[in-house]
Amino acid sequence: MRPPLHRLGMRPKLELLDKPLIERILEEAFQLIDDPGVRVVPYVEDLLRAAGITVKDGVAHIPEALARRLLDLVPRGFCLYDRLGKPAVHYTGDTVHFDPGSSCLNILDPDTQQPRPAMSTDLVRLVQVAEMLPQFAAQSTAMVCNDVPQDIGDWYRLLLVLWYSEKPVVTGAFSAQSLHTLIDLLAVESRGRENLRRNPRAIFDVCPSPPLNWSEFASQNLVDLARAGVPAEIVSMPLAGATAPVTLVGSVVQHAAECISGITIHQLAQPGAPIVWGGAPAIFDMRSGKTPMGAIETVMLDLSCSQVGKYLGLPTHAYLVAGDGRFVDAQVEMESGISTVLGALAGINMISGAGMLDFLACHSIEKLVIDAEAIASAQRLLEGVQPRGVSLAVDMFAQTGLQGDFLKLKETRALFRKEQHFPSSVIDRGLPAPDGTSPDILQRAKHRVDELISTYERHALPSDVEQELIAFAQRAGAAFGLKGLPGILNPDLAPA
Amino acid sequence: MPNDTLSAMRQSIIEGAPDTASSLAQRALSDGMAPIDAINNGYVPGMHDVGEQFARGQMFLPDMMASAEAMRAAMAVLDPELRKLGTERPTAGVVVLGTTKGDIHEIGKILVGTMLTAHGFMVHDLGVDVAGEKFAAKARELKADIVGVSALLTTTMRNQKGVVEALETAGLRAQVKIIVGGAPVTRRWAEEIGADGYAKDAMSAVSLAQELMQRKQQPELQQFM
Repeated sequence: MRPPLHRLGMRPKLELLDKPLIERILEEAFQLIDDPGVRVVPYVEDLLRAAGITVKDGVAHIPEALARRLLDLVPRGFCLYDRLGKPAVHYTGDTVHFDPGSSCLNILDPDTQQPRPAMSTDLVRLVQVAEMLPQFAAQSTAMVCNDVPQDIGDWYRLLLVLWYSEKPVVTGAFSAQSLHTLIDLLAVESRGRENLRRNPRAIFDVCPSPPLNWSEFASQNLVDLARAGVPAEIVSMPLAGATAPVTLVGSVVQHAAECISGITIHQLAQPGAPIVWGGAPAIFDMRSGKTPMGAIETVMLDLSCSQVGKYLGLPTHAYLVAGDGRFVDAQVEMESGISTVLGALAGINMISGAGMLDFLACHSIEKLVIDAEAIASAQRLLEGVQPRGVSLAVDMFAQTGLQGDFLKLKETRALFRKEQHFPSSVIDRGLPAPDGTSPDILQRAKHRVDELISTYERHALPSDVEQELIAFAQRAGAAFGLKGLPGILNPDLAPA
Repeated sequence: MPNDTLSAMRQSIIEGAPDTASSLAQRALSDGMAPIDAINNGYVPGMHDVGEQFARGQMFLPDMMASAEAMRAAMAVLDPELRKLGTERPTAGVVVLGTTKGDIHEIGKILVGTMLTAHGFMVHDLGVDVAGEKFAAKARELKADIVGVSALLTTTMRNQKGVVEALETAGLRAQVKIIVGGAPVTRRWAEEIGADGYAKDAMSAVSLAQELMQRKQQPELQQFM
C-alpha cells in the first residue's frame, strides 16, 4: 500500500559520522577528561571535589559515569526570546538559525572596501541591517567599537544591540567581571533577573583554551551563567595539527572532551541550566600557520563536532558562513556559500559567522547581505522537495495535456510562492536595474544595504527602560572615561 | 674539512633528523673539527635551505619544526664545546618573547621562538599572560635586543601597547626593538602603538628580527643603564 502523499517528502540532512565512530569518539573523549584530565583553576576546584572529582596540581580527572549523569541533566532544548517576549530561536533538534559573527576589530569600509577599525556607528549600521533580514534569527555583538573605552567594550556593544534590535543576541564576555555587567544590563532590559531567566534574551559564548584547559574567566563565566539561569554556549576551538590532533577525528575527540568537561563544571554549578554544545574548530594551515575558516576541512570539523552533540541530544552551535579572503570576492563567497549550505544540512541549531572574512578579523555589511542570500537558499533547501496537492503531477497533466500550458494553471498560481524562493536584488536573475546599469554583486550589495538602512525603523523600548539603560551606561562608563554614548543618538530626546 | 660530513650535517637539518644531527656533531668533535666550523658550514646552511624551501612552498610547518629540533640537538652537543674553548657562538641577537597579558594562546609564539633559535637568536620565552613590566625586567636582565609580543584575541591585543609603555618607563626603549604579532594584529596597529615592526608569521619574524639587528649595529648604540 502506498503511503499517503502527506507522509512523503523528507527534510534533507547531511551526516559525516556513522554511529560506531561517534561512540568511539565519545569513548576517547571520556578517557581524555580522566587521563590526562582537564586543566582547571582554583575557582572551580571545590565544586569539582565536592562531586567526587580528583583535582591534583590544577588538573581535574573527571570520571565518565559522573560526566554522563551530568550530560543527562542538560535541557534538550530551550528558546531565546525577542524583546516582545516571543520565542525567536529554538535550540533544539534540527532547527537551524543564523546570526552574524562576533567580536571583529575591523570592518571593510563600505566606500573604500579596505579594512579599518570598527566604530560604534558601524556596529549600529550592521545591527540595523541584520534587523531587517529575516534570515537572521538573532543578532550578535558583532564588532569591537574602537571609539569606546576597552574596559567597557563588552557591555557597551550589548547596549547598542539591545537599543537597536528586538531580536535575541549571541554575545560573550571577555572577563569574569564584565559578565556580571552584561547580565545586569540584560536584566534592566528585561525588567528583572527573574524575567530574564524565564525568557532569556541572550546567550553567552564561553571558550575553553585548547587543549583541555578551562581558564579563570571561562570557568567563572560557566559557573556564573549557570547560576544566573542565562544560557551558555561552549565554543571549543581545537586547531587540528597545532593545539589539537592533526586528524580531523582526533580534533573532534578533543572538542567533545572540552564540551563534556565544560558541561560538567556548568551542571555541577546549577543542574539543569541551559547550555549548548558549540564550537569554532579549524585546521591549522601547515603552510601559512593561519586558521582557515573557509577550508572544507574546517567545515567538516564543525559538522562532525555538532553531530556528536546531536547524538547526545544536546543543542548545537558552530562557526560557519565566514570566508578567509580579504575582500568581498568570489573566494570569500564561495567559501561562505559552501559552509552555509553544509551547516544547514547538518541541522546545527545556531550558525554564527555571517558577514565575516579575513580569518574572522573583519566584518563587511555588504558581505552580510550577500551571505543572507546564501542563507535564504539554504533555508529553502531545508524545506526539501515536498508533495503538494492531491497528486504529484498527473492532475496537472490532466489539465494541460501535451500542450504544456502550466503557467496558466491555478496550481501554478497557488503554489509557486511555496516552491520558489525569490532572492533580493543582490542576486542577478536577469531583471534590469532601474537605472539601466549593470552593477556587479558588490554594487548590488551596497545598494541593498542602503535600501535596508533607509527602511529600518527603530522600535523604542519603554521610556522608563530606556532611561534606566542610559543611566546604567553613564554610571558604569563614567569611571572608564566614557564620553557621551557613542552610537546612541540624542539619548535625552525621544528615540528616532 | 670532510665535505661529506658537512653535507651530512646540512642534510640532517633538511630532513629534520635530530638523532642524526646529534651523532654527526659528536663524530665531528671526535674527528677534531672545530665546533664553529660544524655550525657555520654544516648546520646553518641546512637551516637556510629549509627557509628557502619553505618560502617556495616545498616544506611545511611540521617540517620546519623537525628541522629546528635537529638544529637544537646539534647545538646541544656543540655549545658546551664552544664554551670549553672559551668562545661562544655569535648570536644573531637576544630576544625576549611572550604572549601578552590576559592572553593564554601561544602556538604562533612557539613557532616564532623555534625559528628564531634555529636562525641563531638566543630566545627567552616568558610564556603566556605576561605583563609589560615582566617583559621589561627580563629585557633588562638579559640586555635583550628585541622583545616580541604575541596576542590572539582582539581584547588582549591592546595590552601590547602596555609592553611598549613598560619599556619606555624602564628607560629601555632606545635599546630594545619591539615586534608584535598575532591573528588580530596588523602593521597599522604596530605603528599606532609605536612598535618597531609587525610579523605575520614565523619566517617573516625571523627576517624582521635580522633586519632590526642590522639597524641596531650603529656606532652610537646606547648602553643599558
